[in-house]
Amino acid sequence: MKVTLSWLREFAPGIDGDPHDLGEILSSLGLAVEEMELIGEAVEGVVLARVAGLRPHPDADKIQLVDVDRGNGEPLQVCCGAFNMAVNDLIPFATIGTVMPNGMEIAQRELRGQTSNGMCCSAAEIGMGDDEAGILILNDRVIDGAELGMALGDALGLQPDVLWDLEVNANRPDAMSVAGVARDLAAALGVPFAFPEYEISTTDEQIAGLVEVEVLDPTMCGRFVATVLRDVTIGTSPAWLADRLTQLGMRPINSIVDISNYVMLELGQPNHTFDLDTIANGHLKVRRAREGETLRTLDDVERTLTTNDGVITNEADEIVSLAGVMGGATTEISDTTTNVLLEMAWWDPPSISRTVKRLNLPSEASTRFRRGADWGANIERAMRRFIQLAAESGVVAVDGFIDVAGETPDRTPITVRSSKINGLLGTQLTESEMAQHLTSIGFGVDIVGSELSVVIPTWRWDTTTETDVAEEVGRLYGYENIARTVPKGEDAGGLSAYQQDRRLVRQVLVGAGCDETLPMPFLAPGDLARAGLPEDGVTLTNPLHAEESVLRTSLLPGQLKAIAYNQSHRMADVRFFEIDHVFLPAAPGELLPDEREYLAVALAGVEAPNAVEVLNALDRALTLPNLQLKSASPAGMHPTRSAEVVVAGRTRGVVGEVDPGVLEAYGIEGRVAWFELDLGAILDGPHGNRRYTPVSKFPSSDIDLAFVVSDDVPASQVEGSLRKGGGALLVAIDLFDVYRGPGVDGGARSLAYRLRFQARDRTLTDAEVAEARRACVDQVAKKTGAILRA
Amino acid sequence: MIDELEALAASAEQRLMAATDLDGVAALDAELLGKKSQLSAAKKKLGTLEPEERKAAGRAVNEIRQAIEAGISAARQRLSAAARQIQYDAERLDLSERLGEIRRGSLHLNTQARDRLEDVFVSMGYTIAEGPEVETAWYNFEALNIPEWHPARGSFDTIFVDLGEPEEVMLRSHTSPVQIRTMENTEPPIYIVAPGRTFRTDTADATHLPAFNQIEGLVVDRGITLGDLAGTIEEFVHAFFGGEVKTRLRPSYFPFTEPSAEFDISRPDGSWLELGGCGVVHPNVLANCGIDPEEWQGFAFGFGIDRLAVMRYELDDIRELVNNDVRFLRQF
Repeated sequence: MKVTLSWLREFAPGIDGDPHDLGEILSSLGLAVEEMELIGEAVEGVVLARVAGLRPHPDADKIQLVDVDRGNGEPLQVCCGAFNMAVNDLIPFATIGTVMPNGMEIAQRELRGQTSNGMCCSAAEIGMGDDEAGILILNDRVIDGAELGMALGDALGLQPDVLWDLEVNANRPDAMSVAGVARDLAAALGVPFAFPEYEISTTDEQIAGLVEVEVLDPTMCGRFVATVLRDVTIGTSPAWLADRLTQLGMRPINSIVDISNYVMLELGQPNHTFDLDTIANGHLKVRRAREGETLRTLDDVERTLTTNDGVITNEADEIVSLAGVMGGATTEISDTTTNVLLEMAWWDPPSISRTVKRLNLPSEASTRFRRGADWGANIERAMRRFIQLAAESGVVAVDGFIDVAGETPDRTPITVRSSKINGLLGTQLTESEMAQHLTSIGFGVDIVGSELSVVIPTWRWDTTTETDVAEEVGRLYGYENIARTVPKGEDAGGLSAYQQDRRLVRQVLVGAGCDETLPMPFLAPGDLARAGLPEDGVTLTNPLHAEESVLRTSLLPGQLKAIAYNQSHRMADVRFFEIDHVFLPAAPGELLPDEREYLAVALAGVEAPNAVEVLNALDRALTLPNLQLKSASPAGMHPTRSAEVVVAGRTRGVVGEVDPGVLEAYGIEGRVAWFELDLGAILDGPHGNRRYTPVSKFPSSDIDLAFVVSDDVPASQVEGSLRKGGGALLVAIDLFDVYRGPGVDGGARSLAYRLRFQARDRTLTDAEVAEARRACVDQVAKKTGAILRA
Repeated sequence: MIDELEALAASAEQRLMAATDLDGVAALDAELLGKKSQLSAAKKKLGTLEPEERKAAGRAVNEIRQAIEAGISAARQRLSAAARQIQYDAERLDLSERLGEIRRGSLHLNTQARDRLEDVFVSMGYTIAEGPEVETAWYNFEALNIPEWHPARGSFDTIFVDLGEPEEVMLRSHTSPVQIRTMENTEPPIYIVAPGRTFRTDTADATHLPAFNQIEGLVVDRGITLGDLAGTIEEFVHAFFGGEVKTRLRPSYFPFTEPSAEFDISRPDGSWLELGGCGVVHPNVLANCGIDPEEWQGFAFGFGIDRLAVMRYELDDIRELVNNDVRFLRQF
């Protein structure tokens, strides 16, 4: 909502002061100043001039020569790129030396061999509007007594003014008008606020009999006020009115539409004009639409309606207007309209909201109805203001208004406890201080002991409860005046064990040289399939782009895209990790997807064992219970270089390499070692259980054993057998060599282990070590068929 | 005998001086002090001497032995120092020839900002709450006092999900659903902050992302006031941004708080920067979660995390945060 200082002062002449200070006060009232502009200050050096002559430029088509008369009898030649002027037009002329608002200084210059002695200005160039297409023609805008050569501000009678663009919140329907903003600001400044009396004269003709209104659905229409305007001619608005509309961001259209908009901006009351002659017998009815009924609105679009939508029909029950949202094409006023039915109504805000949303038809009017317009005396005030303004162009209203009531919000007084207000705000205000703040913005207050009986004004539809009233008291008292205190809970703060461990995981991975990435959680259709994964991602209803329309079920596609992106920027061997949400299909009977927190590690340019290495580092950091790698060919993974990660008997992820076919599909060169874990499940499960084992004080003995092991037998099985055979004396086991080649049969490899034996209570004898060694060899042979390498 | 020993001592000294390596010294050690050495033989002969003579000869044997031992030790020291020096010279390294490194990875800027925020709030007595990113209309809107027709719904620019009835399931448009989930499952008093990703139908550009991160605080306790909210925000801002930074609250509107406010922090030049929204928890919201608004009151506040990272490092394009360009990531 934009407002100007001069317009505010029409309701509260006492509003005065430094524009910045006033802006701060508006902000402190909850009307945040988004922008402030000083307007009505003509650019110094710009004067009123007359086009004395127009001549083609001898050597250029796109500029012409203008003889500019500044009233001193010495026309100046100016080169000008605009062609909208006629001889004798009055224009703004920037003389040499003028510094334009954009910083440019006007100087004498040559254009294709012709001298230019100044500049003819567009509205935009001198800050008088947005029009930058042609030169601003001032023929109708100069004041009486203006003379050529006069400073433009004087010639136009400009008054310096301040324009504020305010952010008005949804709970402040009152502040969607100049008058409403003035009411708030006057209250904060402690100056009087009043509506002017709008004097109107009418014809002797009575409204009764001309117009009949029936409100068939009182839940839709709280009030319907109408009258008839005679002798309507559609022309252009006076400059002062058009200027105000322009200042507040609305385009002047014609004399009737402009008054309609002016009244809405000034008093917050949207209104609608019908061509009375298109409405049989002046008879209107208000009801809800029937499902599937249609209306061609005045933007010439056929709208299909629902039972939520309020409509106005003629006496034949044909819809002529979509209530509060947009008029119909058949009753629209036209250039030939002479009789107008002027309507001002109050519509049910939720109903209007639903209609606007469904048809995507926001407008200045419907925005005000959605927030709740004023159903009280403001409607008659706006009617009178409309009639008064229209009278300037010869329009005259008939005598009286049709005024039909529907259901309006309950405004019986509510009881507000002063203790509750102070308790919410943290203040110690007295009842009379509270009452003073509330009455300053039009609330009715009776103090009854420690309670206030409050009548909430009709311009505050959203305000209904004790808390609403407390907010108003706080707002007027000033949030900055409330003493600041800090509550302290009884419990200590802290991260949960899960959150601490997640931080630990991040640090381990950072230590392992991995950079944390956070790709967007959206995928394109086909991304999952390209990664070899099922296409079962949840889809979005209204994605911004098709490429962002699927929620990921795995971190793999995002990581592959990140690797491909970096490879394309010559950063090949990246090491990435990510901890983030994935969205698995909803479990049966559940509405929401099965949302989990996953961890992924992607190491470009290295092989599967490097992923296992990092996984093992995590295992040590988290002390996972019995982490095992179970040979498998998970989706998207290299079928012979991957395994499932099993923690405490439950599959919690995959490790290995990404399938080369998947890498190719993502345009990635080289290998990508990978693991992805259901981190949430792992951290929620038991882990981190460390126990103390005393360090033996006795010497240890190392034995090296190499086995020829069939490729079918995983090394983990050999290791398990060694542990079983070695028993408690086997304290360390290290696979130090894997060999394939001459000396070892095809289809097998040699696995060389170094075993360390040690007892807690004695030095082992050679015989004991030999026995332990034999037990290890026997156990491996028995369980895996592997034999000791000769 | 004493003469012979003295001659031995003199020759030993000369030979030790002349030794050029540690092996030579070891050989001299064996020859001069070993079991078959002249000194050992002399010591054995002592028993055959007269007491008078034996005393003098014994002293001489010991003195000469000590002298030779000292000579051997000195020769060893001399030669091992020389050998060490040869080693030093042979294995000289230029450490500025860096051929490799153990490269530490990096935490994402969002994580760094989030961790810092969490740590400040933990120090103020808060715990960290989390919730799902896909939410129902109940948690994202209705429980937060935003009924289906409410104009505020439109301002959230919600991204909906193809689950349930139309507009029933969505990507959460703020972290406030975590408030509801927490209040539904926790008896007051409640002191939490909830960081997490949120979503809007914002086209990605230099200052917007359709998925971004917020942190939201919620306190529910007895007698909580707007003044408590203002004080808490001030305490947080001082801890996070520095004690010189000022805060102010301006009246605003959110359906789930009342009174509501925007909160600003002061810039060094004295102007104000809008940081986030806040307010006293609306009684309807408490009641929706089964908390009696006559017994308990609360406040809530929220603001963007990504923006803090953008501000701190003066990033010129917020999309850097999701591009995953390793040349960007490794800067932090």
